[in-house]
Amino acid sequence: MTRLLALTVVAGLAAIAWGALSSRARVPLSALALVVSSAGAATLAVRVLATGTNFAWSQTNVLPLGGLDVRLTPLGALFVLVSAVVAIASSVYWTGYARHAMAGRSASASFALFTLSLLVVPMAGNVTTFLFAWELMALSSLILVAHDHARRPESISAARWYAVMTQGGAGAITLALVGLAAHAHSTRFSAIATASTHLSGAVASTFFLFALAGFASKAGVVPLHVWLPKAHAEAPGPVSALMSGAMVNLGVYGIILVGRTLLPQGPQWWWLVVSLLGGTTAAVGALYAATSRDLKRLLAYSTSDNMGLVLLALGASGLSLSTQHPRVASLALATAMVLLVNHSLFKSTLFLGAGAVHAATGSRNMDELGGLSRLMPLTSVTFLVGALAVSAIPPLNGFTGEWLLFQSLLHSLASHDVASVVAGTLAVAAMALTGGLTIIAFVKAFGITFLGRGRTERALGAHEATFSMRVAQGALALACVATGVVPYLLVGVVARGLAGVASPSISGWATLRLSSLSGALTPLFLSGALLGALALVAGWRTLVQRRHGFANVATLEAWGSGRHHQSPQMQYTATSYGEPILRVFDDVLRPDRDLDVSHVVESRYYLERIRYRASNEDVIERFLYRPALALLRAWARRVRVLANGSVHRYLAYGLAALVVILVILK
Amino acid sequence: MKSTLLWSGIASLAQLIWLVLAGPLALGLMRKVRSVIEGRDGARVTQPLRDLRKLAARQRTRPTDATWIFSAAPLVLVASALVLGALSPLASLHVLMSSRVDVVAVLFVLLLGSVALLLSALDTGTAFAGMGSSRAAMVGAMTEPALLVAILAMSLGAGTSNLARLVDAGVATSTLAGPARILALVSFFIAVLAETGRLPVDNPATHLELTMIHEAMILEYAGPDLALITWGESMRLVLLVGLFSNLALPWGIATSVGALSLGVGLLALTLKVAVVAIGVSLFEVTTAKLRLFRVPELLAGAFLLGVLSVISAVALR
Repeated sequence: MTRLLALTVVAGLAAIAWGALSSRARVPLSALALVVSSAGAATLAVRVLATGTNFAWSQTNVLPLGGLDVRLTPLGALFVLVSAVVAIASSVYWTGYARHAMAGRSASASFALFTLSLLVVPMAGNVTTFLFAWELMALSSLILVAHDHARRPESISAARWYAVMTQGGAGAITLALVGLAAHAHSTRFSAIATASTHLSGAVASTFFLFALAGFASKAGVVPLHVWLPKAHAEAPGPVSALMSGAMVNLGVYGIILVGRTLLPQGPQWWWLVVSLLGGTTAAVGALYAATSRDLKRLLAYSTSDNMGLVLLALGASGLSLSTQHPRVASLALATAMVLLVNHSLFKSTLFLGAGAVHAATGSRNMDELGGLSRLMPLTSVTFLVGALAVSAIPPLNGFTGEWLLFQSLLHSLASHDVASVVAGTLAVAAMALTGGLTIIAFVKAFGITFLGRGRTERALGAHEATFSMRVAQGALALACVATGVVPYLLVGVVARGLAGVASPSISGWATLRLSSLSGALTPLFLSGALLGALALVAGWRTLVQRRHGFANVATLEAWGSGRHHQSPQMQYTATSYGEPILRVFDDVLRPDRDLDVSHVVESRYYLERIRYRASNEDVIERFLYRPALALLRAWARRVRVLANGSVHRYLAYGLAALVVILVILK
Repeated sequence: MKSTLLWSGIASLAQLIWLVLAGPLALGLMRKVRSVIEGRDGARVTQPLRDLRKLAARQRTRPTDATWIFSAAPLVLVASALVLGALSPLASLHVLMSSRVDVVAVLFVLLLGSVALLLSALDTGTAFAGMGSSRAAMVGAMTEPALLVAILAMSLGAGTSNLARLVDAGVATSTLAGPARILALVSFFIAVLAETGRLPVDNPATHLELTMIHEAMILEYAGPDLALITWGESMRLVLLVGLFSNLALPWGIATSVGALSLGVGLLALTLKVAVVAIGVSLFEVTTAKLRLFRVPELLAGAFLLGVLSVISAVALR
C-alpha cells in the first residue's frame, strides 16, 4: 500500500511540475498525471475500506514537530475516495475547459497542487501533516479563485474575502490543534485522543469551539459562509467543482475528527450548537439559492444549504450519543456521510455543467441565458440529473439522503431528552423548508438556463461542451443515477467508512433497512415501477394518437394573449421566478429596492425616465460584516499614527514586544 | 407466503383500477355538488370521463420552442400517480411493497410529478406559463414544510413512517382524537388543499390571467396531453384525499388478505373519499380565493399547527 501512496504523491508532484514548467501539452499531461494520482489515492482508500485496517506511514525527517505522518483510517479513506472521484472527473473536464480558461502555468500548477492537497488532508495522522496539507489546500485554491483577476475585478474581491476567511479559519484550527497537541505532548492524533480524557471540560470546550469555527468556515456554515458564494462563483468550472465537491467536505471531516475522534467525551451542548448552526445554514443557503440569478452563486448557496443538512445529521448523532441512544447516533452519523457523498456527486455534476455553460456563453447570469438544451443537449441532461438529485427527487441519490435524514430525525425525537426534542423539531422544520426552496432554486436553475428561448445573443450562440467535458459530466451524472437506484453502492461504502466510529445502522442491497429501528425503502423497486408506469402511459398515448390517425405532433406558436409576435424578453426570468420567495421572506432577506421616477418638466403626467434597481445582497454580509469592517477601518485609521514609516520606530516596537514576551515567559 | 404475494398484487391492481376511475369521477362529483348548491343542474358526474375521451381523440400539439421535457411531463405526472396508487395503502394494508413504502417516499414521488409540470411550463417559453410555474413553485415550497411536519407528528405516535403501519396503528388505537393527531390532520388537510390546487389557494375553474396558478402552467397543452394532465391531477387529488381519510378514519381498510375484505376496503374507501370530496366542494362554495401573497400565511399557519402537533405528541406521550 506504500506504493500506492508513493504513486499518488509522485504523480501529483509530477502534475505540479509539468504544469509549472512545461509549455508543450501542459494541460493534457498534467491532467493525466492528476488522474493517475487520484486513481492511486482512490485504490488506496478502497483497500483501507475493504480491509478495515488503518494504513500508516511516516517520515520524520521532512517536517519538524513530528514529521510527515500518514495514517489513513476508514473514515479518512471515505473522504479520500470522494475527493478522488471528484478530482478524476474535474481533471478530465479540465483538458477540455483549458480551451476556454485555466491553461496558464500558475493555474495549472495550482490546480494540481490543490488536487493533491485535497487527497492528502484526510490521510494526515498528526497535527503537523494535517495543518501543512490544509494550508497548501487553502493557498492553492486562493490562486485559482484569483486566476482571472486581470479581466474581472470581482474575482479580486472574491479572492480577498476568501483569503481572509480561510486564513482566519486556519488560524482557529491551528490554535485548537496545537493546543491539543501541547496538552498531549505529541502531535499524533491517536496520542491526542488518548490524552483527551484528562482534559478539563472548559479547556476541551474552548478547543472544540475554535476548531468548530475554523472547520465551519471551510464548510460554508452561516455566518462564516460569506466567502463561499463569491469564491465558488469566481473560480473556474473544474475548480468550483472541486471546492464544492471535495474541499467543503473536509470542513465536515474536521468537525468529526475533533468532535468525535480527538475529543470523544464532549458535552451535549456542543452538538446542540452544531445542530443550530446546521439548521440556520440550511435555511439561509436555501433562501439565497432560491433568489439568486447568478447560476454559480445559486449552486454555491445550495452547497451551504447541503452542508447545513449534514451538520443537522451530525448534531442529531452527537445528541443521540449523549442521551444514550447509540443506534440512532450511528444512523444519524451514517446519514451525515450519505448526505455528504451525495452532495459531492451531484454538486460537482452541476458545477461542471455551469462551467460548460459559462464557457459556451461567457455568462453566468441566468437572465441572459435560456434555450440552451437544444444547443447543449448532453450538458442539459446531466444538469437536469444533478438538479433533480439535489431536489431529492426519486429515484436519484439525493432522495435516499433526504429519506435517511427524515428517519434519523424521527428516531432522534423518540428520545425523552428535552434538548434533543427541541433540536429535532427545529431540524425537521429546517429540512422541510429547505426541501421546498431547493426545488424552486433548481427548477429555476435548469428551467431558465436550459429551457424556453435564448434571451440574448450570447445564449443563442452557445455550443455544446467539448468531448472530455461531456465525458466528465456524464460520468458524474451516471453516478448520481446509479447510487440513487442502488443505494447500497453508497450506503455500503459509508458503512465501511464508519466501521471504527459507529455500529452498522443500514443494511440491504435493493431495500434499505434500518438496523433495529423501524424503516425501509426500496428505490430499486420504486424506479422499476416508475419506469413501467411511464412505458404504460407513453404506450397509451402513442396508441390513441395512432388510432385516430395522427402521425405527428402539430407544432404551433405558443399562445400570447392574442399577440402574434412574442419576444424572448417576455419570458419569465430567474429574477422574476424567485420574486415571490423574495416577497414572502421580505423580513429575512431585506432586499434592496429602489425606484427612481423622473417627470418631464412641462407636465407631471408624462414620465421622462423610470429607473428600477433591485439587489439581493447577503443579509449577513450587510448587517454583520459591513459594520464590523467599517469599525475595523475606523480603528485602523486611528492607530495609523503608530506606523509613520520610520524603521527605527518599528525596530523599537520589535524590541518592546520581545521584552514583553520574555517577561511573560520569565 | 405465495398467496399473500398474489393477494397483494391483486389488491394493488384493484387500487390502480379504482384510482384511474375515481379521479375523474371525484372531479365530476365535486362539480356536481357545486352546481347543485349554486342552483344549477350541472353536468353529469361522469362528464370528466367523457371530456377525457374527447380530448384523447385529438391531435397532440406543442409550442415551437418546446423540447422533450414538454412531451414527457404529462407522462411523468400520470406515471407517478399510478405508482402511488398501486403501492400506497388505500383500500388494503396488504399491497405490493407495503412494508417498504413510507410517507416520505409517497411525498417525494408526488414531487416528481410536480417538478415535471413546473419544468414543462418553463419549456414553453411563454410569460404565462413561467408565471404559473413560479407561483406554483412558491405554493409548493410553502406546502412541503407543513406536509412534512404533519407527517412527522403522525409518525412520532406510531414510531414509524411506514404508511401501512401508520394506518394500522390508527385502526388499533382507541383514542383517535388526541390533540397531536387532530392538529396534524388539520395541517395535513390544508396542505392537501394547497397541493392539489383547490380553493382557497388556487381556483381550478379560473382562466383569469391574474389569478390562475395551475391553469397558467398547463396553458399550452391540448389533446391527449391535456387529458393526461387533468387525469393525473385528479388522481393525485383522490390519492391525497384517500390517504388523508385513511389516516383520519382508518376503519374499513382491509387489514387481512382476501376478496371480501378487499371489496369492503374499496367500498369504504369510495365512501370516505366521496364524503371528503363533498366536504371540500361545500367548503369551496363558501370560500373566496385568497390573494396570492396571503397563501403563504395560510400555509405558515398549517406549518405551525404541525409543529404544535409534534410538540404535543412528544409532551403527551
